[in-house]
Amino acid sequence: MAELVAVIASTHHPFYYRASTATGADRPPFADEWVRKIGAFRETLTKARPDVLVMVGSDHFHQLWLDNMPQFLVGKAPFYDANWYNEEREFGLPRMLLKGHEELSAHILRAGLDAGFDLAFSNELRIDHSITCPIITLRPQADLPIVPVYTNIFAPPLPQPRRFVQLGAALREIIESWPSDQRVAVIGTGHLSLELGGPRQFGPHGPDPDFDARAVRWIAEGDLAGCLAEVSLESLHLPGNATHGFMDFMLMMGVAGEGRRADYVDTLDLFHTMEAYFTWYPNGEPV
Amino acid sequence: MSKYLLNKFLYTVDRDPALVERYREEPAATVAAWEAEHAPRLLNCVTAEATTWLAFDDAERSALATHDYPALFALGAHPFLTLTLFIAMFERDHPEPLAFQREYAVRLAHHTLPYPDIAT
Repeated sequence: MAELVAVIASTHHPFYYRASTATGADRPPFADEWVRKIGAFRETLTKARPDVLVMVGSDHFHQLWLDNMPQFLVGKAPFYDANWYNEEREFGLPRMLLKGHEELSAHILRAGLDAGFDLAFSNELRIDHSITCPIITLRPQADLPIVPVYTNIFAPPLPQPRRFVQLGAALREIIESWPSDQRVAVIGTGHLSLELGGPRQFGPHGPDPDFDARAVRWIAEGDLAGCLAEVSLESLHLPGNATHGFMDFMLMMGVAGEGRRADYVDTLDLFHTMEAYFTWYPNGEPV
Repeated sequence: MSKYLLNKFLYTVDRDPALVERYREEPAATVAAWEAEHAPRLLNCVTAEATTWLAFDDAERSALATHDYPALFALGAHPFLTLTLFIAMFERDHPEPLAFQREYAVRLAHHTLPYPDIAT
Protein backbone atom coordinates (compact mmCIF):
# COMPACT_ATOMS: atom_id res chain seq x y z
CA MET A 1 0.00 0.00 0.00
CA ALA A 2 0.97 3.61 -0.42
CA GLU A 3 2.78 5.27 2.45
CA LEU A 4 1.67 8.59 3.92
CA VAL A 5 5.09 10.12 4.51
CA ALA A 6 4.18 13.65 5.59
CA VAL A 7 1.17 15.73 6.55
CA ILE A 8 1.69 19.44 6.20
CA ALA A 9 -0.58 22.31 7.17
CA SER A 10 0.27 25.88 6.32
CA THR A 11 -1.09 29.31 5.78
CA HIS A 12 -0.97 30.43 2.14
CA HIS A 13 0.18 34.02 1.96
CA PRO A 14 -0.02 35.25 -1.63
CA PHE A 15 2.54 38.01 -0.93
CA TYR A 16 5.34 35.52 -0.19
CA TYR A 17 6.40 35.10 -3.81
CA ARG A 18 6.82 38.81 -4.40
CA ALA A 19 8.41 39.47 -1.00
CA SER A 20 10.90 36.64 -1.38
CA THR A 21 11.98 37.61 -4.90
CA ALA A 22 12.12 41.39 -4.37
CA THR A 23 15.51 43.05 -4.21
CA GLY A 24 16.93 46.40 -3.15
CA ALA A 25 14.47 49.03 -1.98
CA ASP A 26 11.54 46.85 -3.02
CA ARG A 27 12.47 44.10 -0.57
CA PRO A 28 10.33 44.37 2.56
CA PRO A 29 12.14 44.32 5.92
CA PHE A 30 10.52 41.05 6.98
CA ALA A 31 11.49 39.18 3.79
CA ASP A 32 14.78 37.66 4.98
CA GLU A 33 13.29 36.14 8.13
CA TRP A 34 10.29 34.88 6.13
CA VAL A 35 12.55 33.22 3.53
CA ARG A 36 14.61 31.62 6.31
CA LYS A 37 11.51 30.18 7.95
CA ILE A 38 10.14 28.91 4.65
CA GLY A 39 13.49 27.29 3.88
CA ALA A 40 13.36 25.33 7.15
CA PHE A 41 9.71 24.41 6.56
CA ARG A 42 10.52 23.22 3.03
CA GLU A 43 13.15 20.87 4.39
CA THR A 44 10.45 19.05 6.37
CA LEU A 45 8.81 18.03 3.11
CA THR A 46 12.02 17.40 1.19
CA LYS A 47 13.33 14.91 3.69
CA ALA A 48 10.09 12.89 3.54
CA ARG A 49 10.94 12.15 -0.14
CA PRO A 50 7.37 12.20 -1.47
CA ASP A 51 6.45 10.94 -4.94
CA VAL A 52 3.03 12.59 -5.15
CA LEU A 53 1.32 15.48 -3.35
CA VAL A 54 -2.34 15.66 -2.37
CA MET A 55 -2.99 19.40 -2.17
CA VAL A 56 -5.93 20.68 -0.11
CA GLY A 57 -6.97 24.25 -0.78
CA SER A 58 -9.92 26.46 -1.62
CA ASP A 59 -10.71 28.19 -4.88
CA HIS A 60 -11.15 31.95 -4.37
CA PHE A 61 -13.97 32.47 -6.90
CA HIS A 62 -11.75 31.67 -9.83
CA GLN A 63 -13.18 28.61 -11.54
CA LEU A 64 -15.83 27.71 -8.97
CA TRP A 65 -18.74 30.11 -8.89
CA LEU A 66 -22.09 30.64 -7.23
CA ASP A 67 -24.08 29.22 -10.15
CA ASN A 68 -22.62 25.77 -9.51
CA MET A 69 -20.74 25.57 -6.23
CA PRO A 70 -19.34 22.27 -4.96
CA GLN A 71 -18.57 21.79 -1.26
CA PHE A 72 -15.68 19.36 -1.79
CA LEU A 73 -14.12 18.78 -5.20
CA VAL A 74 -11.27 16.55 -6.35
CA GLY A 75 -9.33 17.31 -9.51
CA LYS A 76 -8.79 14.41 -11.90
CA ALA A 77 -6.72 15.58 -14.83
CA PRO A 78 -3.29 14.86 -16.30
CA PHE A 79 -2.26 18.51 -15.88
CA TYR A 80 -3.38 21.61 -14.04
CA ASP A 81 -2.74 25.09 -15.30
CA ALA A 82 -2.37 27.42 -12.39
CA ASN A 83 -2.81 31.00 -11.24
CA TRP A 84 -5.17 33.55 -12.68
CA TYR A 85 -4.99 37.02 -14.17
CA ASN A 86 -6.14 38.72 -10.98
CA GLU A 87 -3.47 36.84 -9.00
CA GLU A 88 -0.79 38.00 -11.44
CA ARG A 89 -2.19 41.51 -11.14
CA GLU A 90 -2.44 41.73 -7.35
CA PHE A 91 0.29 39.38 -6.12
CA GLY A 92 2.68 39.04 -9.07
CA LEU A 93 2.21 35.26 -9.10
CA PRO A 94 3.61 33.42 -12.13
CA ARG A 95 1.59 31.20 -14.45
CA MET A 96 2.39 27.57 -13.71
CA LEU A 97 1.66 24.11 -15.13
CA LEU A 98 1.56 21.20 -12.70
CA LYS A 99 1.36 17.52 -13.47
CA GLY A 100 -1.64 15.57 -12.20
CA HIS A 101 -1.86 12.01 -10.91
CA GLU A 102 -5.05 10.58 -12.38
CA GLU A 103 -4.68 7.16 -10.77
CA LEU A 104 -4.61 8.60 -7.25
CA SER A 105 -7.38 11.07 -8.15
CA ALA A 106 -9.57 8.19 -9.32
CA HIS A 107 -8.81 6.21 -6.18
CA ILE A 108 -9.69 9.14 -3.89
CA LEU A 109 -12.92 9.80 -5.77
CA ARG A 110 -14.07 6.17 -5.77
CA ALA A 111 -13.10 5.47 -2.17
CA GLY A 112 -14.38 8.85 -0.97
CA LEU A 113 -17.77 8.31 -2.60
CA ASP A 114 -17.96 4.83 -1.14
CA ALA A 115 -17.11 6.24 2.30
CA GLY A 116 -20.06 8.62 2.18
CA PHE A 117 -18.47 11.83 0.85
CA ASP A 118 -20.34 12.99 -2.24
CA LEU A 119 -17.26 14.46 -3.86
CA ALA A 120 -17.53 16.60 -6.96
CA PHE A 121 -14.81 16.26 -9.57
CA SER A 122 -13.22 18.28 -12.32
CA ASN A 123 -11.39 17.07 -15.43
CA GLU A 124 -10.27 20.58 -16.37
CA LEU A 125 -9.26 22.57 -13.33
CA ARG A 126 -7.18 25.70 -13.25
CA ILE A 127 -5.88 25.96 -9.71
CA ASP A 128 -5.25 29.11 -7.75
CA HIS A 129 -2.93 30.45 -5.08
CA SER A 130 -4.37 28.28 -2.30
CA ILE A 131 -2.48 25.44 -3.97
CA THR A 132 0.29 27.24 -5.82
CA CYS A 133 1.48 29.16 -2.74
CA PRO A 134 2.48 25.93 -0.95
CA ILE A 135 4.05 24.65 -4.17
CA ILE A 136 6.12 27.85 -4.28
CA THR A 137 7.08 27.62 -0.62
CA LEU A 138 7.48 23.85 -0.18
CA ARG A 139 8.34 22.46 -3.61
CA PRO A 140 9.36 25.36 -5.83
CA GLN A 141 10.73 23.06 -8.51
CA ALA A 142 7.10 21.93 -8.97
CA ASP A 143 8.27 18.56 -10.20
CA LEU A 144 5.84 16.23 -8.43
CA PRO A 145 2.37 15.22 -9.63
CA ILE A 146 -0.51 16.53 -7.56
CA VAL A 147 -4.10 15.72 -6.71
CA PRO A 148 -5.95 18.94 -5.89
CA VAL A 149 -8.75 18.80 -3.33
CA TYR A 150 -10.85 21.94 -3.08
CA THR A 151 -13.06 22.79 -0.12
CA ASN A 152 -15.68 25.49 0.17
CA ILE A 153 -14.66 27.83 2.97
CA PHE A 154 -15.78 30.86 1.04
CA ALA A 155 -19.37 30.81 -0.21
CA PRO A 156 -22.02 30.09 2.43
CA PRO A 157 -23.74 27.78 3.16
CA LEU A 158 -20.55 25.95 4.16
CA PRO A 159 -20.09 22.41 5.47
CA GLN A 160 -19.73 22.13 9.24
CA PRO A 161 -16.22 22.14 10.77
CA ARG A 162 -16.58 18.51 11.86
CA ARG A 163 -17.15 17.56 8.23
CA PHE A 164 -13.74 18.97 7.32
CA VAL A 165 -12.20 16.88 10.10
CA GLN A 166 -14.07 13.78 8.92
CA LEU A 167 -12.93 14.30 5.35
CA GLY A 168 -9.35 14.65 6.54
CA ALA A 169 -9.54 11.41 8.49
CA ALA A 170 -11.12 9.68 5.48
CA LEU A 171 -8.43 11.03 3.14
CA ARG A 172 -5.78 9.45 5.32
CA GLU A 173 -7.50 6.06 5.27
CA ILE A 174 -8.06 6.33 1.53
CA ILE A 175 -4.45 7.19 0.83
CA GLU A 176 -3.16 4.42 3.08
CA SER A 177 -5.43 1.93 1.29
CA TRP A 178 -4.19 2.91 -2.17
CA PRO A 179 -2.60 -0.17 -3.74
CA SER A 180 0.62 1.51 -4.79
CA ASP A 181 4.20 1.77 -3.66
CA GLN A 182 4.13 5.57 -3.95
CA ARG A 183 5.11 7.89 -1.10
CA VAL A 184 2.32 10.40 -0.57
CA ALA A 185 2.39 13.73 1.24
CA VAL A 186 -0.78 15.66 2.01
CA ILE A 187 -0.38 19.42 2.08
CA GLY A 188 -3.28 21.66 3.06
CA THR A 189 -3.44 25.40 3.42
CA GLY A 190 -5.85 27.72 5.13
CA HIS A 191 -5.84 30.68 7.44
CA LEU A 192 -5.74 31.59 11.07
CA SER A 193 -7.72 34.74 11.90
CA LEU A 194 -8.15 36.78 8.76
CA GLU A 195 -10.24 39.72 7.61
CA LEU A 196 -10.62 40.60 3.94
CA GLY A 197 -12.80 43.42 2.71
CA GLY A 198 -13.86 44.40 6.22
CA PRO A 199 -12.98 46.99 8.87
CA ARG A 200 -10.33 44.84 10.57
CA GLN A 201 -8.29 44.12 7.43
CA PHE A 202 -4.58 44.83 6.95
CA GLY A 203 -3.79 45.72 10.54
CA PRO A 204 -0.31 45.36 12.09
CA HIS A 205 -1.14 41.75 13.09
CA GLY A 206 -3.86 39.27 12.31
CA PRO A 207 -7.27 40.55 13.42
CA ASP A 208 -7.45 38.24 16.47
CA PRO A 209 -4.06 37.30 18.00
CA ASP A 210 -5.79 35.47 20.87
CA PHE A 211 -7.60 33.19 18.41
CA ASP A 212 -4.32 32.66 16.56
CA ALA A 213 -2.55 31.58 19.75
CA ARG A 214 -5.32 29.11 20.57
CA ALA A 215 -5.44 27.84 17.01
CA VAL A 216 -1.69 27.22 16.88
CA ARG A 217 -1.94 25.29 20.14
CA TRP A 218 -4.86 23.16 18.88
CA ILE A 219 -2.96 22.26 15.72
CA ALA A 220 0.43 21.74 17.37
CA GLU A 221 -1.07 19.43 20.01
CA GLY A 222 -3.55 17.74 17.67
CA ASP A 223 -6.28 18.86 20.04
CA LEU A 224 -9.22 18.16 17.79
CA ALA A 225 -11.65 17.74 20.67
CA GLY A 226 -10.76 21.13 22.13
CA CYS A 227 -10.87 22.74 18.71
CA LEU A 228 -14.24 21.25 17.80
CA ALA A 229 -15.64 22.26 21.17
CA GLU A 230 -14.88 25.92 20.50
CA VAL A 231 -15.16 26.29 16.73
CA SER A 232 -18.45 26.53 14.88
CA LEU A 233 -19.55 28.13 11.63
CA GLU A 234 -20.95 30.97 13.76
CA SER A 235 -17.92 31.41 16.01
CA LEU A 236 -15.54 31.68 13.05
CA HIS A 237 -17.05 35.06 12.16
CA LEU A 238 -15.67 36.54 15.37
CA PRO A 239 -11.89 36.37 14.72
CA GLY A 240 -12.25 37.87 11.23
CA ASN A 241 -14.61 37.61 8.28
CA ALA A 242 -12.36 35.24 6.29
CA THR A 243 -11.49 32.97 9.21
CA HIS A 244 -13.57 30.09 7.87
CA GLY A 245 -10.38 29.20 6.01
CA PHE A 246 -9.29 27.77 9.36
CA MET A 247 -11.45 24.77 8.53
CA ASP A 248 -8.79 23.66 6.05
CA PHE A 249 -6.40 23.46 9.02
CA MET A 250 -9.03 21.38 10.80
CA LEU A 251 -9.16 19.07 7.79
CA MET A 252 -5.40 18.63 8.08
CA MET A 253 -5.72 17.89 11.80
CA GLY A 254 -8.13 15.17 10.71
CA VAL A 255 -5.48 13.77 8.36
CA ALA A 256 -2.86 13.86 11.13
CA GLY A 257 -5.19 12.30 13.71
CA GLU A 258 -6.70 13.15 17.11
CA GLY A 259 -4.08 13.76 19.76
CA ARG A 260 -1.21 13.62 17.26
CA ARG A 261 1.27 16.35 18.10
CA ALA A 262 2.92 18.06 15.16
CA ASP A 263 6.56 17.15 14.66
CA TYR A 264 7.39 20.63 13.38
CA VAL A 265 5.75 23.91 14.38
CA ASP A 266 6.71 27.42 13.40
CA THR A 267 4.93 30.77 13.17
CA LEU A 268 5.66 34.24 11.88
CA ASP A 269 3.71 37.25 13.05
CA LEU A 270 3.27 39.33 9.91
CA PHE A 271 1.16 42.37 9.22
CA HIS A 272 -2.35 41.32 8.23
CA THR A 273 -2.09 37.64 9.31
CA MET A 274 -0.16 35.21 11.46
CA GLU A 275 1.77 32.73 9.35
CA ALA A 276 1.80 29.18 10.71
CA TYR A 277 3.62 26.05 9.54
CA PHE A 278 3.11 22.47 10.78
CA THR A 279 4.45 19.08 9.72
CA TRP A 280 3.55 15.61 10.98
CA TYR A 281 5.36 12.40 10.11
CA PRO A 282 2.77 9.60 10.53
CA ASN A 283 5.43 6.88 10.48
CA GLY A 284 8.18 8.67 12.32
CA GLU A 285 10.57 11.40 11.33
CA PRO A 286 12.64 10.44 8.30
CA VAL A 287 16.38 10.23 8.85
CA MET B 1 -32.68 42.47 -4.38
CA SER B 2 -29.94 40.20 -5.61
CA LYS B 3 -26.74 39.71 -3.68
CA TYR B 4 -26.01 37.06 -6.27
CA LEU B 5 -26.15 39.59 -9.09
CA LEU B 6 -23.96 42.06 -7.17
CA ASN B 7 -21.43 39.30 -6.80
CA LYS B 8 -21.79 38.32 -10.45
CA PHE B 9 -20.96 41.90 -11.44
CA LEU B 10 -17.88 42.02 -9.20
CA TYR B 11 -16.76 38.56 -10.34
CA THR B 12 -17.15 39.04 -14.07
CA VAL B 13 -15.64 42.53 -14.10
CA ASP B 14 -12.69 41.54 -11.93
CA ARG B 15 -11.61 38.79 -14.32
CA ASP B 16 -11.70 41.00 -17.43
CA PRO B 17 -8.89 43.58 -17.66
CA ALA B 18 -10.79 45.75 -20.15
CA LEU B 19 -13.90 45.78 -17.98
CA VAL B 20 -11.84 46.66 -14.90
CA GLU B 21 -10.53 49.77 -16.66
CA ARG B 22 -13.92 50.67 -18.08
CA TYR B 23 -15.56 50.37 -14.67
CA ARG B 24 -12.84 52.51 -13.08
CA GLU B 25 -13.27 55.31 -15.63
CA GLU B 26 -17.03 55.22 -16.29
CA PRO B 27 -18.77 53.46 -13.43
CA ALA B 28 -22.38 54.43 -14.12
CA ALA B 29 -22.19 53.70 -17.85
CA THR B 30 -20.39 50.43 -17.23
CA VAL B 31 -23.00 49.27 -14.72
CA ALA B 32 -25.82 50.12 -17.15
CA ALA B 33 -24.14 48.35 -20.03
CA TRP B 34 -23.23 45.36 -17.87
CA GLU B 35 -26.79 44.99 -16.58
CA ALA B 36 -28.07 44.97 -20.15
CA GLU B 37 -25.45 42.75 -21.74
CA HIS B 38 -23.69 40.66 -19.11
CA ALA B 39 -26.19 40.20 -16.29
CA PRO B 40 -28.38 37.74 -18.25
CA ARG B 41 -25.48 35.61 -19.41
CA LEU B 42 -25.54 32.17 -17.91
CA LEU B 43 -21.82 31.61 -17.53
CA ASN B 44 -20.45 28.65 -19.43
CA CYS B 45 -23.47 28.58 -21.79
CA VAL B 46 -24.23 29.97 -25.21
CA THR B 47 -25.95 33.38 -25.17
CA ALA B 48 -29.27 31.93 -26.34
CA GLU B 49 -29.66 30.34 -22.91
CA ALA B 50 -29.80 33.71 -21.14
CA THR B 51 -31.27 34.13 -17.68
CA THR B 52 -34.48 36.15 -17.91
CA TRP B 53 -35.16 37.39 -14.39
CA LEU B 54 -31.99 38.88 -12.90
CA ALA B 55 -31.96 42.63 -12.09
CA PHE B 56 -30.41 45.01 -9.57
CA ASP B 57 -32.59 46.98 -7.22
CA ASP B 58 -32.02 50.72 -7.03
CA ALA B 59 -29.73 50.60 -3.99
CA GLU B 60 -27.54 47.94 -5.58
CA ARG B 61 -27.33 49.72 -8.92
CA SER B 62 -26.49 53.00 -7.20
CA ALA B 63 -23.79 51.47 -4.99
CA LEU B 64 -22.07 49.98 -8.02
CA ALA B 65 -22.52 53.09 -10.16
CA THR B 66 -20.88 55.31 -7.54
CA HIS B 67 -18.03 52.95 -6.56
CA ASP B 68 -19.54 52.96 -3.07
CA TYR B 69 -17.77 49.98 -1.56
CA PRO B 70 -19.00 50.69 2.01
CA ALA B 71 -22.54 50.44 0.62
CA LEU B 72 -21.66 47.17 -1.13
CA PHE B 73 -20.41 45.80 2.19
CA ALA B 74 -23.66 46.87 3.86
CA LEU B 75 -25.69 45.19 1.10
CA GLY B 76 -23.94 41.88 1.73
CA ALA B 77 -21.81 41.70 -1.41
CA HIS B 78 -19.02 39.17 -0.94
CA PRO B 79 -16.22 41.17 0.72
CA PHE B 80 -13.44 39.28 -1.05
CA LEU B 81 -14.87 40.09 -4.47
CA THR B 82 -15.38 43.76 -3.62
CA LEU B 83 -11.91 44.13 -2.12
CA THR B 84 -10.14 42.42 -5.00
CA LEU B 85 -11.80 44.50 -7.68
CA PHE B 86 -11.42 47.80 -5.83
CA ILE B 87 -7.72 47.11 -5.20
CA ALA B 88 -7.37 46.54 -8.94
CA MET B 89 -9.00 49.88 -9.67
CA PHE B 90 -7.68 52.18 -6.96
CA GLU B 91 -4.53 50.85 -5.30
CA ARG B 92 -2.55 52.55 -8.07
CA ASP B 93 -3.72 55.98 -6.88
CA HIS B 94 -2.06 55.51 -3.48
CA PRO B 95 1.74 55.81 -3.42
CA GLU B 96 2.27 53.96 -0.12
CA PRO B 97 1.95 50.14 -0.09
CA LEU B 98 -1.37 49.01 1.44
CA ALA B 99 -2.53 52.63 1.87
CA PHE B 100 -5.69 51.95 -0.12
CA GLN B 101 -6.42 48.77 1.85
CA ARG B 102 -6.07 50.68 5.14
CA GLU B 103 -8.27 53.52 3.94
CA TYR B 104 -10.81 50.90 2.91
CA ALA B 105 -10.80 49.49 6.46
CA VAL B 106 -11.30 52.95 7.94
CA ARG B 107 -14.29 53.60 5.70
CA LEU B 108 -15.90 50.41 7.04
CA ALA B 109 -14.99 51.11 10.67
CA HIS B 110 -18.57 51.87 11.69
CA HIS B 111 -19.48 48.21 11.17
CA THR B 112 -19.52 45.98 14.23
CA LEU B 113 -20.27 42.27 14.49
CA PRO B 114 -22.31 40.66 13.18
CA TYR B 115 -21.46 41.96 9.72
CA PRO B 116 -24.12 41.96 7.00
CA ASP B 117 -25.01 38.45 5.87
CA ILE B 118 -23.19 37.43 2.69
CA ALA B 119 -25.08 34.17 2.11
CA THR B 120 -26.61 34.03 -1.36
